[in-house]
Amino acid sequence: MVVYLDHAATTPMLPAAIAAYAEAMGVVGNPASVHSQGQNAKRMLEESREIVAASLACDPIEVIFTGSGTEAINLGIKGLYWARAPRRRILVPGGEHHATLDTVEWLAEHDGATVEWIPLDEQGHIDLGALAAAIARDPLDVALVSLIMANNEVGTIEPVAEVAALAAAQGIPVHVDAVAAYGYIPVDFRTLAAAGVSALSVSAHKVGGPVGIGALVLGRATTVEPLIHGGGQQRKVRSGTQDVAGAVSFAVAASALSVEQLAGQGGGESARLAALRDRVIAGVARLAPGAVLNGDPVHRLPGNAHFSFAGCEGDSLLFLLDAAGVSVSTGSACQAGVPEPSHVLRAMGRSEAESHGALRITLGHSSTDADVDALLTALPAAHAQALAAGMADRVPGH
Amino acid sequence: MSGGVDSAVAAARAVEAGHEVVGVHLALSRMPGTLRTGSRGCCTVEDSMDAQRAANIMGIPYYVWDFSERFKLDVVDDFIAEYAAGRTPNPCMRCNEKIKFAALLEKAMALGFDAVCTGHYASILTDVDGNKQLHRAAAWAKDQSYVLGVLTADQINHSMFPLGATPTKAEVRKEAAERGFSVANKPDSYDICFIPDGDTKGWLGERVAPVTGDILDREGNTLGQHDGAVAFTVGQRKGLSIGTPAADGKPRFVLEVRPISNTVVVGPKEALAIKEIAGNKYTWAGLAPEHPEVEFACHVQIRAHADPVPAVAQVVSTTAVTGIDGTVELRIIPAEPLNGVAPGQTAVVYVGTRVLGQCTIDRTVSAVPVSTPEMIASASPVPVNA
Repeated sequence: MVVYLDHAATTPMLPAAIAAYAEAMGVVGNPASVHSQGQNAKRMLEESREIVAASLACDPIEVIFTGSGTEAINLGIKGLYWARAPRRRILVPGGEHHATLDTVEWLAEHDGATVEWIPLDEQGHIDLGALAAAIARDPLDVALVSLIMANNEVGTIEPVAEVAALAAAQGIPVHVDAVAAYGYIPVDFRTLAAAGVSALSVSAHKVGGPVGIGALVLGRATTVEPLIHGGGQQRKVRSGTQDVAGAVSFAVAASALSVEQLAGQGGGESARLAALRDRVIAGVARLAPGAVLNGDPVHRLPGNAHFSFAGCEGDSLLFLLDAAGVSVSTGSACQAGVPEPSHVLRAMGRSEAESHGALRITLGHSSTDADVDALLTALPAAHAQALAAGMADRVPGH
Repeated sequence: MSGGVDSAVAAARAVEAGHEVVGVHLALSRMPGTLRTGSRGCCTVEDSMDAQRAANIMGIPYYVWDFSERFKLDVVDDFIAEYAAGRTPNPCMRCNEKIKFAALLEKAMALGFDAVCTGHYASILTDVDGNKQLHRAAAWAKDQSYVLGVLTADQINHSMFPLGATPTKAEVRKEAAERGFSVANKPDSYDICFIPDGDTKGWLGERVAPVTGDILDREGNTLGQHDGAVAFTVGQRKGLSIGTPAADGKPRFVLEVRPISNTVVVGPKEALAIKEIAGNKYTWAGLAPEHPEVEFACHVQIRAHADPVPAVAQVVSTTAVTGIDGTVELRIIPAEPLNGVAPGQTAVVYVGTRVLGQCTIDRTVSAVPVSTPEMIASASPVPVNA
C-alpha cells in the first residue's frame, strides 16, 4: 500500500470529479457558439463558474478560468503591473512560490519593475512594519503588492487582511496567491476584497479537481492587462476557447469546499486535517527529537507539517520513506529533480544546511489515521539510516 | 544513470541479473543547461529526463542526487587549481575517485545499498582466493579501465560494471534499441562535462588570471615572453612566439610549465621523451602486490586513450630526497621513452589486462640530458594536491 502524504503537490482527484470530467468531455459544443450545442456548453461552463465562485465567496463574473494556478498568478501580477504603468515598484515577501518569484523577477529584468522583498520573521510571517515603511517610501510608484495567503512549503498563514489594509490605504492593488490555502482554510474573497484585495489565484488540482485548470478571482472593479490575446473570452482578460470539461470537474471538487464547510461547526474538514497534522507533529517530536517544526506552530495550514531534520538530508529521508511506501516531499522546488535549498527557509533566516534537511508532510481529503500510523511506523528506521548517511553529498563545513 | 546509453543498458542488465536496482542520476551542476546540443553537455535537464525514461522502461525507481557542491570542490576547483599549478589533471578520473565511487558510494551504502553499478567499460574478475580485480573491458576500443585506475580494493568490492564483457559499443546500442530505450542512438560525450563548448583553454583563461612571464631554454636562457604560463601544455609547439630561432633551426616545444616562477621551458622535440615517471600519491586497484618494493614487469598507460607501454615499476624510498623518514613513491621506467608526459597526469599500471594501480605523476626524467646527468622535469618538489 502506498501512503500518499504529498497533498500540497497535488491531491487525488475526487471520484465524482473524475466521472464528471469524463462525461463532460463527451459533450460537443464551444461555449462561444450560438447554436444549441454551444448554449448547452455555455450552460455547463457558467454553472461551474457559479459553483467555483461560491467556494471562493465571489461573484461568478469575477472568476477567470486559467490553465493553471501559475498562469493565474502570472495574470494577476503582470496584468496588474501593466495596467498600473508607469508605476514601477512591486512589493513582495521573500518566501513566495516560484510562480510569483520568477514572475516579478522577469518583470524586473525585462520590463523595468523594481522588486522590493519584504522580510519574513523566523516563522515565515511577512514583516508588516517593513511593508508599511516600504509603501511609505513612495506610495504613488507602487504598482502592486503580491503575497501568498498560506505558504506552500512551511504552511504559515499570512496576515492577508492587514497587508491589504496597508496597501488599500494608498490605493495600491493586492494580489493574493491562495493556491496552497484553497481547500484548507476559508478563502473568502468578499471579505478580502473589502479589506483591499484586488485579485486572488487558485488551482483546481489542489482541491481534488483536475490538473490543467486554475482561476484568477478578479474583483469586478479591477482592471488587468491580458497575457493572452485572441477571441476576447472572459472579460477579454483570458482569450481562448474555454475548457468546459475542466470547469465542470473543478466545480465538482469546489462544491465540497464551501467557506462554511471549511469554517463551519467544529471546523469541518479543516479541523479533521488539523487533528491528523497534530498527530504527525507530535509523532515526529517523539520519534525524532532533533527535528524542528518550521512555520507558525498555530496559524498554519491544517494539512501541513514541515520539519528540518538536523544532520541528515531531506532527500535521503524522502528516498527511504518512499522505499517504505510513504510518499513525502522535501518541499522545495526542483530543477531536473534536484531539490534546491529552500528559498522559503532562507527567507526565514535559516542556514543553507538547515534547509537541506527539510521534509514536508502534507495531508488532504483522502488522508486517514492509518496514513499517519504508517508514516510514524516507517519514520524511525528511515531517520536512523538517513542520519547514518549524513551529509555525504555536502562539502564538510558547508 | 547519466542519461546515456551505457548506464541505461548497465542498469537493465543488473535488473535482469536479479538485483534490486534503483536508478540514480547525479546532479553535478547547480545551473544545468536546458537542452543538449550535439554530443556536448552533461547533466542537462534533457539528460535527466533521458535517464528517467530508461528507468521507467525497466520499471525501477529513479532519483536525482545532488552532488553539485562536492563536484565543484573536488573536481572543478581541483581542475582549475591543478592547471594553475602547471599540472594536467584528468577530471573524469577525479570524479570517479571523489564522487562516483566515493561520495555516491558512501551515501548509497549508508542508505542500504550494496554496490554502485555504472556503464563503464571495464571488468571485475575474482581471483582464486576470492579477491576482486579490475580488468580491461572486452571492448578494447571503448575500454575505460584507465579512468577507473584510482579505485581501491574496497571500492572495487562495491562496484559493478555489467558492460565489461560486451565486445563492442555497437552491441550495447543494439541492445538499448531492443529494450526500447530512447537513448539507443544518443551520441557519446567526449568533452569535459563542465566545459560544454569544449574550449578548455578559454574556460581556464576566464578562471586563472594570466600573468606575463619568461620563456626559457633548457639551460635557463630567456628566449622570450609568454602571456600566461597556464595556457601552455607540455608538448605544445604552436603559439610560442619566440623571436629568435633555435641555434639548430629546429622547432621548439614546451617541455615544462613552471607555475611558481611563471616560466615556460622550451626545447627540441627529442627532449620531450621521458624515460622515467614517478608519483608519491599512488593506490592499488585491489589486492596490493606482495612486494611492491621489488621491481616488477608491467605496462604503463598515461592517458585514457594512449597505448600501454611495457615498463618496470617498483615502490622506492624517497627519504634521501625529502629528508622525511618513510616517504616513498611509485617509480615507473618504460621500456621506451614516453612522449607528452606532464605532471598531474595519471600513470595506470597494468599486468596483462589487470589494473594493478596508479599514481599521479609528480616527477619525470627526460631521456635527453641537459648539462647535468638528469633533468628533473617537474616544476619543483611541489606537494601534490592531497
